[in-house]
Amino acid sequence: MHGKCGLFFSSYAAEARFFQSGFQRTCLGLFVLLLVAAPLLVGPYLLSVLNIICIAVIGAVSLNLLTGVCGQISLGHGAFMGVGAYGAAICTLRGVPFPLALLAGGAAASLAGMVFGVPSLRLKGIYLAIATLAAQLILEYVFLHAGGITGGSNGLLLDPPTIFGFSCNTDARMFYLLLVCAALSLLVVANLLRTRHGRAFVAIRDFHLSAEIAGVNLFAYKLMAFGVSAFLAGVAGGLWAHYTQFVSPEQFGISQSISCLAMIIIGGLGSVLGSVFGAVFLTLLPEGLNLVAGTLSAWFPDISAQLVALREGVFGLTLVLFLIFEPEGLAHRWKLVRAYWKLYPFAH
Amino acid sequence: MALLEVENITLTFRGLAALMDVGFSVEEGSITSLIGPNGAGKTSMLNCISGRYTPDSGRITLDGQDLLAMPAHRRTTIGLSRTFQNIALFKGLSVLDNLMVGRHGRLDYGLFAALLYWGPARRAEDRHRRRAEDIIDFLNLSPWRHQAAGRLPYGVQKRVELGRALAAEPKLILLDEPMAGMNLEETEDMARYILDIRDEWGATVLLVEHDMGVVMDLSDQVVVLDFGSVLAHGTPERVRTDPAVVSAYLGAEDAAFAGR
Repeated sequence: MHGKCGLFFSSYAAEARFFQSGFQRTCLGLFVLLLVAAPLLVGPYLLSVLNIICIAVIGAVSLNLLTGVCGQISLGHGAFMGVGAYGAAICTLRGVPFPLALLAGGAAASLAGMVFGVPSLRLKGIYLAIATLAAQLILEYVFLHAGGITGGSNGLLLDPPTIFGFSCNTDARMFYLLLVCAALSLLVVANLLRTRHGRAFVAIRDFHLSAEIAGVNLFAYKLMAFGVSAFLAGVAGGLWAHYTQFVSPEQFGISQSISCLAMIIIGGLGSVLGSVFGAVFLTLLPEGLNLVAGTLSAWFPDISAQLVALREGVFGLTLVLFLIFEPEGLAHRWKLVRAYWKLYPFAH
Repeated sequence: MALLEVENITLTFRGLAALMDVGFSVEEGSITSLIGPNGAGKTSMLNCISGRYTPDSGRITLDGQDLLAMPAHRRTTIGLSRTFQNIALFKGLSVLDNLMVGRHGRLDYGLFAALLYWGPARRAEDRHRRRAEDIIDFLNLSPWRHQAAGRLPYGVQKRVELGRALAAEPKLILLDEPMAGMNLEETEDMARYILDIRDEWGATVLLVEHDMGVVMDLSDQVVVLDFGSVLAHGTPERVRTDPAVVSAYLGAEDAAFAGR
């Protein structure tokens, strides 16, 4: 039923689907199959990169919900991930089963997000960014100085996550856990966007005065955006902590917040797919640089040392280039590519 | 009893009085216009009713319920909605989604149903989409259904804005200059929509408009504001010939207009 001249729907439900044509569903199926087979296909190093990508995807999509969709800039996302990481870590260290601990970490992050989201009722744009920056610094301070429960600068050592007696103690096992979590996160955010809550978030972003007149309780919905977003960030943090089996304050510093923001800017603000693109792109960027350095070192022996120093610069440069040349992000570019191939080889 | 009762509303901004002791009523099933020169306080009055401003004193009731006692977002749920003078659409949302935001207060499934998009959320979306489609048909918006509202021509955006207000199924709809910036043909279309909103959709209309031809043709009642107080209140014929209105609002010498 995938007509060459377009898709024609006979019910509203069919139109509300994420993947509307048989071709799209086939592609998705193949992609999922490829991901499931990935641990068999790639080496251990690449698998660890894939794991990091899964965690980054959750972090990026959660921030995209708050900043891209609801328009509330947050510079405290790294700290919200940290709250989730410490929350989950403290729970598992006290013997709470991992799935419950992960949810508890998410809930703790959600609470922190809502508390630091309260200024959003009064503050917008750059002022809110500063307020959430304060959240980042305060929470970082707590991680470092509440030594009794967070382990201070020594951090906490963790065991690999165990789910119903099954230990995710290898990268491959961890990969499946992270893949499921990332897929679920993408699904709930995408679901949210096609319901009244997601529309209310966009309404707040685009014109908060008329959103209020349309019946959206601004304060409640802004807090909800902070809460849901920080919950997912907390889950990402909890997974990360248990993947690396270590939590320390340095992991959740301001640079983490910035890199989450960079992911959604590069990927595309307000787009679920864009969050994935951004997370993949920014995680692969340093890997790509290493590859380039490795190749060039045959001719220039010193280059890898210099490129390491250049890494931050390349990161910044990429961000600036994206803001200038592709402000709508990779998701927009993807749309253009798709539109081009839809009618290939005919121009119109 | 009238649908909307405005009694003794006074609104000041740091001592500058925008509205002074304003009172009028809007009968159910009527089209009532609020007119007056620039700065007379028309939009301020609408803002008091819709909840953007809180008046210093006075009382506003809709269907007997005290509007001033409830926050702006609650007023939609008891049957009030409005459009804005300058277009205030959600630019990033499609026309359909703009209308669905208009129905926000009528959709009542919870956050968890939304996150999972299961049963209640799915069914409610389907049911309310049907109502939104009725409005799309009524306002002839179907060619733009899935387009982002921010990219549409001005006249269409005005219609989407009207549709969003209508989507809430209001008892009283406040229209702030719906004809502003429209050509003759679009103005006639809009006038027809406004009549249909009253006659077919059963909503009472409170209209703020500068186009006197439209106001005099459509209105059952006209309220004239000047410098923040009510100058006259009555049928278009009465208001048109009221000497106070003619001199204060239309200019004392402009007798030609009064005789139109």
